[in-house]
Amino acid sequence: MTITINGESHPLPRDPRTSLLDYVRDHLGLTGSKKGCDHGQCGACTMIVNGRRINGCLTLAVMHDGDSVTTIEGIGTMAAPSAMQKAFLDHDGYQCGYCTPGQICSATALLDEIAAGWPSDDSDDLTARVEATDAEIRERMSGNLCRCGAYANILAAIREVAGAAA
Amino acid sequence: MRSFDYQRAGTLEHAGQLVAEDGAKAIAGGTNLLDLMKLQVETPETIVDISRLALDGIDEVDGGGLRIGAMVTNTDTAVDPRVRADYPMLSRAILAGATQQLRNRATTGGNLCQRTRCYYFTKTDQPCNKRDPGSGCGAIDGVARLHAVLGTSDQCIATYPGDMAVALAALDATVDIASPNGRSRSVPVRNFHCLPGDTPWIENVLERGEIITSVILPAPVGGRQVYRKVRERSSYAFAMVSVAAIVDVANGRIARADLAFGGLAHKPWHDPRLSDLLVGKAPDRALFAKAADLLLEDAVSQGENAFKIPLARRTLIAVLAQATGEVS
Repeated sequence: MTITINGESHPLPRDPRTSLLDYVRDHLGLTGSKKGCDHGQCGACTMIVNGRRINGCLTLAVMHDGDSVTTIEGIGTMAAPSAMQKAFLDHDGYQCGYCTPGQICSATALLDEIAAGWPSDDSDDLTARVEATDAEIRERMSGNLCRCGAYANILAAIREVAGAAA
Repeated sequence: MRSFDYQRAGTLEHAGQLVAEDGAKAIAGGTNLLDLMKLQVETPETIVDISRLALDGIDEVDGGGLRIGAMVTNTDTAVDPRVRADYPMLSRAILAGATQQLRNRATTGGNLCQRTRCYYFTKTDQPCNKRDPGSGCGAIDGVARLHAVLGTSDQCIATYPGDMAVALAALDATVDIASPNGRSRSVPVRNFHCLPGDTPWIENVLERGEIITSVILPAPVGGRQVYRKVRERSSYAFAMVSVAAIVDVANGRIARADLAFGGLAHKPWHDPRLSDLLVGKAPDRALFAKAADLLLEDAVSQGENAFKIPLARRTLIAVLAQATGEVS
């Protein structure tokens, strides 16, 4: 029973109540992922599991035997930030920074979803190529709240990276 | 969260045996169950993890429909090219619900079984006949903005909160269920959920030890498909009212009109009298108004949710106008 977090294998916790979020924060000391609401409403705990972004608070670590998880610590480092992390810095895509790891994990997965042609509630045509318009990005980021209200700059950061990827 | 035992089911038969035990509860995506366990609304003694069961495919069935496995995530259903092309209202309904993070975990089976978002149900210090039978209903004469106007009882006015099942009800999809001892049965989605009556804690027809294995979509139905959801913000909110419609017009007359409604009742609401009224007639505003009269003739509001009755009326008329091309 092991789980891979940012490329390293770890044993699963003994107490089945341990959420994936509590596991990475409290058991592994990876405190980048944040606990906001703990009910899947704020997105501060967003992490990428087997390539898909999920709420780390609403899943049990024991359910992830054999899974591969990327948290914000696996996205980039201070010395080598990812393109999305750089864009958040360049555009001031935060104020207090608490929601930022979840925002960046979410936005990183969003790039893959758009590349895969996944439609959203905002898409006029379910089968057309997805354009990373502001409205599309807003809809796709609705699971990540920012109580400081840095949305305009978060949008600008994601627009820059998504536009460059298109 | 209360302590519980965790068991992972290796096979469907094993899962059925485990969930038949007292105090056991199946978990798939967990996005609703774990939320409610943190609130101690749900306090299972055993969690049976069925997420690894081989029910995660979308396959074509004889006759041209699709079998969507119970463990298929909402995302995988919504983005499936066959669903997008032939059942666009189902993609639309799923994409109108929750967030990308939640849709990536939530499953077909779990979504059908998701529980109401009634504020009294989710707060354990409040009366709720659904959570605590006999304790009363706080929503009647209470805070009832989200609540039902059709099919209510004096015990419960909660709504079924989902979007996906509303589209499935319009499509007349079927739920396949594995029963104990290797038996199985099929139930139309339209009959899967229950009205509250005197037993509001019974929300669907699943018996102890039963597990949803798949949802069967009928062969592509054609027509114009619409899913319109009215909510209080433009993303990540439950429906105040939603309308799923499959409408076909031929030679100036309505040839097909299959409708289902979310946000109005304890189940996705389907009223067969609406297609009887609409089919064979020329689409116009007067006809749409008659359909709304029929839908809402027995609607009962609680004050706070009185707005839902005119809102449902206007939304139905707008959807019929859009789907028949009678946009004015």
